[in-house]
Amino acid sequence: MEKKIVKSANEAAEQIIEWGESHGIETCFDRAQRLKPCPIGAAGACCKTCHMGPCRFVGKNAEEEARGVCGATLPTVASRNLLRMAIAGSAAHTDHARDMAFILLAVANGETSDFRITDVRKLYKVAGILDIEFGNGMAVNDVARDVALRLIKDFGRQKGELNYIKRAPNKTQERWKKWGITPRGIDREITEAMHRTHMGVDHAPDNLLLSALRVSLADGWGGSMISTDITDILFGTPRPVKAEAGFGIFKEDEVNIVVHGHEPSLAEMIVDVVNEPEMIAYAKSKGAKGINLGGMCCTANEVLMRHGIPTAGGFTNQELAIMTGLIDAITVDVQCIMPALVELSRKFHTKVITTSYKAKIPGAVHIEYDEHRAKEIAREIVKFAIDNYPNRKAEGIHINQKFPVIAGFSHEYIEYMQGGRWRASFRPLNDAIMAGRIRGVVGLAGCDNPRVPSQGLHRFLAVELIKNDVLILSTGCGSHACGTAGYLIPEMALENAGPGLREVCEAIGVPPILHLGSCVDNSRILTIVSAMAAEGGLSDEIGGMPVVGIAPEWMSEKAISIGCYLAASGVPVIFGGESPVSASEEVTKIMTEVWFERFKGALHFEPDPEKILSLTLEYIDRAREALKLRKYEPGKFGAERVLLDMAARRELEKAAKPHIGIY
Amino acid sequence: MSKLIASAAIKGAHTLVKKAEDMLQKVIVEKGEDFAFEFPDTAFYLPMIYAMTTFPVKTLGDMRVALGMAKELLHEEPEEHLWKPYLGEALDSGMATLFAEEIILALKYINGLEPAKDTETGYVYNGFITDTIQRNLGIQLVDGTMPGFAVIIGAAPNDETAVNIVRKLQGKNILTFLSGHVNGNSVTKQLLRKGVELGWDTRIVPLGPDTEHALYAADWAIRASLIYGGKKPGDYKEHLKYQKDRVFAFAVVLGELDDIIWTTGAGAINMGFPAICDTDVPVIHPTGVCIYEEVEKELDHNKIVQKAIEVRGLKIIVEKPPIPVAYGPAFEGERIRKEDMFLEFGGTRTPSFEWVRMRGMEDIEDGKVVVVGNNWQERYEKGGEMPLGIVVDVAGRKMQKDFEPVIERKIHSNINEAQGVWHMGQRDINWMRISHNAKKEGFTLEHLGIINATMTHHRFRAIVDKVQVTIYTDGSDVLRLMEEARSVYKERDQRLGGLVDEAVDIFYSCLLCQSFAPSHVCVISPERLGLCGAYSWLDCKAAFEIDPTGGNQPIIKGELLDERYGRYTGIDEYLKKASGGAVETLNLYTIMENPMTSCGCFECIIAIIPEANGVMIVQRGHTEMTPVGMKFSTLAGSVGGGTQNPGFMGIGRNFIVSKKFLHGDGGIKRIVWMTKNLKESLKEAFEKRAEEEGVPDLLDKIADETVAEDSEKLLEFLTSVGHPALEMEPML
Repeated sequence: MEKKIVKSANEAAEQIIEWGESHGIETCFDRAQRLKPCPIGAAGACCKTCHMGPCRFVGKNAEEEARGVCGATLPTVASRNLLRMAIAGSAAHTDHARDMAFILLAVANGETSDFRITDVRKLYKVAGILDIEFGNGMAVNDVARDVALRLIKDFGRQKGELNYIKRAPNKTQERWKKWGITPRGIDREITEAMHRTHMGVDHAPDNLLLSALRVSLADGWGGSMISTDITDILFGTPRPVKAEAGFGIFKEDEVNIVVHGHEPSLAEMIVDVVNEPEMIAYAKSKGAKGINLGGMCCTANEVLMRHGIPTAGGFTNQELAIMTGLIDAITVDVQCIMPALVELSRKFHTKVITTSYKAKIPGAVHIEYDEHRAKEIAREIVKFAIDNYPNRKAEGIHINQKFPVIAGFSHEYIEYMQGGRWRASFRPLNDAIMAGRIRGVVGLAGCDNPRVPSQGLHRFLAVELIKNDVLILSTGCGSHACGTAGYLIPEMALENAGPGLREVCEAIGVPPILHLGSCVDNSRILTIVSAMAAEGGLSDEIGGMPVVGIAPEWMSEKAISIGCYLAASGVPVIFGGESPVSASEEVTKIMTEVWFERFKGALHFEPDPEKILSLTLEYIDRAREALKLRKYEPGKFGAERVLLDMAARRELEKAAKPHIGIY
Repeated sequence: MSKLIASAAIKGAHTLVKKAEDMLQKVIVEKGEDFAFEFPDTAFYLPMIYAMTTFPVKTLGDMRVALGMAKELLHEEPEEHLWKPYLGEALDSGMATLFAEEIILALKYINGLEPAKDTETGYVYNGFITDTIQRNLGIQLVDGTMPGFAVIIGAAPNDETAVNIVRKLQGKNILTFLSGHVNGNSVTKQLLRKGVELGWDTRIVPLGPDTEHALYAADWAIRASLIYGGKKPGDYKEHLKYQKDRVFAFAVVLGELDDIIWTTGAGAINMGFPAICDTDVPVIHPTGVCIYEEVEKELDHNKIVQKAIEVRGLKIIVEKPPIPVAYGPAFEGERIRKEDMFLEFGGTRTPSFEWVRMRGMEDIEDGKVVVVGNNWQERYEKGGEMPLGIVVDVAGRKMQKDFEPVIERKIHSNINEAQGVWHMGQRDINWMRISHNAKKEGFTLEHLGIINATMTHHRFRAIVDKVQVTIYTDGSDVLRLMEEARSVYKERDQRLGGLVDEAVDIFYSCLLCQSFAPSHVCVISPERLGLCGAYSWLDCKAAFEIDPTGGNQPIIKGELLDERYGRYTGIDEYLKKASGGAVETLNLYTIMENPMTSCGCFECIIAIIPEANGVMIVQRGHTEMTPVGMKFSTLAGSVGGGTQNPGFMGIGRNFIVSKKFLHGDGGIKRIVWMTKNLKESLKEAFEKRAEEEGVPDLLDKIADETVAEDSEKLLEFLTSVGHPALEMEPML
């Protein structure tokens, strides 16, 4: 008999998948089983940039001997393919950021009354970073306009460098300068990189891969960081909220609306609108008890972080949510939207609403979003969902399972939680790492993927890492994987974390896995590690920190961009799954050894989760050793006490660090 | 676990803010919003609120505003399960508590309830700690004689344990504040019952009977960063970092903890001060808010002091001579009243003197202590009074005759630091007492010798290789040797008189205060002693010999650029380095242009009075108004912190009678106002100087507080007596 294949490690998801199979409903899990990846393309050995091809680079000694029609080699093609992925990923994040910047400008100019500057403090912080002078008398909107215009310039800038480059530690910046990868303007980097990948332009693997780093840095220190900051300014910098995760968030007697995708502005409006008494009354008039909003994918993270809106989970849960039969409408915008939703929705009463002019799906209802009429459109959508409530059929599998989550860990709150309003800093975190209470920090991020037991790798690594006293910063669908497993709660530390991490979590009152937000919020990892470098006692740059990035179930091109900007910034990164450049040894070597030497970062691909774990711990321990930190031993920690006599006190360092807290 | 602590701290803050609000409301109804308040003798309003927020609370209305700030710091308690983070919130609450407590205590002052008085015993607590006391203790804070501060909250399980803990703290030279109670019992009461002497002199200061009174200690600590650290009000990050790095305070909590203690503790932890408890409390070990643990427990009372010192990261080296009584600076201030006295020497009762002689290496035997006198043991046993000569012979390859007086001046501390032994004066005008208790513990005259031998070695280890002490007890010996000593004293004084700035190539710096005031540098020349009054040029010279890398460094004075103002190339070069670039150039002999900076522990402040074309001088401890319209405490606020402030300067008392005193500005003739205290204490030397300046009656022409406390009256007086400053060239 055929061995049962676990498709999702999320029990509830698995239940729905099985229900679907028994009802002849196909999902990405079934398609992933049926549709094996093309082995040539999967390994990076297929070139289809011109119409002389596609050419495949296979055979014995392909690395040395295989040639395309134009004469391109395998390393050229593999690196060029990777670069194309990085470009697309960077384009996705940065285009999202552009939309956010233009909303900020519209707010500042008074062109939309639906949005406002929610977090003035953050606005001032960003203005400070951008060297925008603002006095007491300056109107908030004027500051906001300056900030928006200054950030918008980053997109079209031709020379110089992005505004936020200077937020990186100096030594990190120097490495970028030395290797010529400091990004100039976002659009210029994307255009130039696309140009390089055109037939017959750049053929040097190392050069192509440096371009991948540069275009990705334009994402991390450009698009993503801009997006995080502006979203915080417009909708509030997150601080801890209690919420719920899982398919059990949907209510049988209420109108269920799901916001799915990435850009938060429409979702924010919907959050407002579902609480309007008129809307609730309207829902009641249609027989529902109320309106229940749930999130999906990174839009979920955005509204979870700021409003505690419950989440139905990450990428691979999107079809499954519809299969509960409880979703009256699902709005989608950009990125990671499965076109399968529309076809699937026809089997239920669910309406799929596309909202972006950039992203339409045949068969979906299209209600185009325009930030100038945001609330009006949000009302239209909610009303549409309510109108659909009476059409709800009994079909679908109802799931009760849901887990509590504590989310909302912005950079600012993480700083605050370590000392409060008056002495917020990263000192306690650095101290804990130095003392060996915390072995290291891992950014556990990226997609979930139906080609592995979905979410399972995230969950395995999360549990193992915290057991090993590694603090986890999670984002994107990684957070969903942990949240829907009940991992994002403080009790997780008491029951599952190693003894040192547990002490730290207990002292502060946090879960051992801190949910930082959506995938653009990986930028928060960059600023957090930069703050750790500035705080002192560890590495004085991002490179060399006992910090590793992991995307065990990545699938999107955005993940490649994130992996590249983390690597270029100095973070060793390990991706799960088979390598998209595995066909070329040279390319693999550049992305690991050569990058590590130049940037102290790397991008590995490792399908075996056990090996991901051991490689991660190895990187962390090597960094600890290089920093001459106390050797990590579970349960044994403590700072070497330096007792100060008067002479020692006179020598104390004089400068204190500048600081901007959250409150 | 920590959540319990956080919950208690958050809850306690709510309670105290509410309490403050209710009290304030009542007082406002009675006295109105505009009713003004200030704590006794401080320039810093409600110091904690002022340092953290820049908001100067001057009236009841201001207190309402400040309380509003405290309210913003309140948070919800963490839930039983699925809690949200609480550390930052608990620390905020701790700060809210400090604000609320400060207001509560201010209101108690207004209601006449502070300083608190114990109804049973009539004991009056210290209450608010004045700026004067803070500055008086300045030098001890920096030279290691007062290396840390303990705040005890609560009561020990029994009186003996209370004494034991406090004696241990005294033995470590730590200043101990007492507050709080357990069911009405407190360490203060326990010590009173045991007859332990309390007060600043013995470094045991009961602040008040409640936990809230610990706020006075926090108020004292925060003024260190305002006064010595030069931290600006509102630079809360800087203040708290200074507290954590430089103010070595900690709390010892005895007995069960309630919400108020926890929340006060959270306030202390904000400042980097850990709490060590004697009960089985949850602990917080991860570091970073404090340098080491935030909350620790030690159930063994014999170990709790040592544990606290380690947790705060203090290194305390205490040299204790082998004598049967306790020893250390904490006992220096202890008095011995007549009824407690077993035996006394000197004063006007018997002939007595003390004398340090430099001898050849082969002339003396190291460590030898001899007591000379017929039947001295028998006479000692009888008590009463005795003649006494203490001769300390020292030898060493690096010993110089100039160091004799430096070493000799330490005899006072050497002897005084023994518990139950009291000393005052010097040379042939000393006076000593030994208490009944010390006698009972087995203290004998030999111990006087042992103390001096041990401590002279300890203090001057680099210049003294051998010390021999002889104690004379026969009147004839004492009188004979005293004559010999007197001729040496005279010789020394003459030599010292000839020790002028021009006569030496090297001045000294004093960087001792850099542990508290990082950019301040004292430049000490033969004719200008340190502003704290504690370090003369000779002291510095000896200190440099003792520790070549220590706090006193030679400054090759270099070329004299400006004779009148006293500007030297060597000083400027040195200063740039030693002040971390904060000070570029310095004039030694003027107040008007690039004058010396101050750390904050100056004995006196000189301030210009432009309308009188002269200066006034006020000493620390004078709390009344001065003719510049500022009290000492306010003036001090604008002088300290290592910045140059033309027209204002901190100085040591004795500098006033130096020939170099404001040499560039016209010297002592510029003094138009000086407190009576200064006039009287410096009378003899001042009159001599006045004669040299050709104005023998100058002292009478200088106004004091009995004549004028404002400039109008001052001018009237100056004109009536014809003060020379009025005729001098304009100062400005």
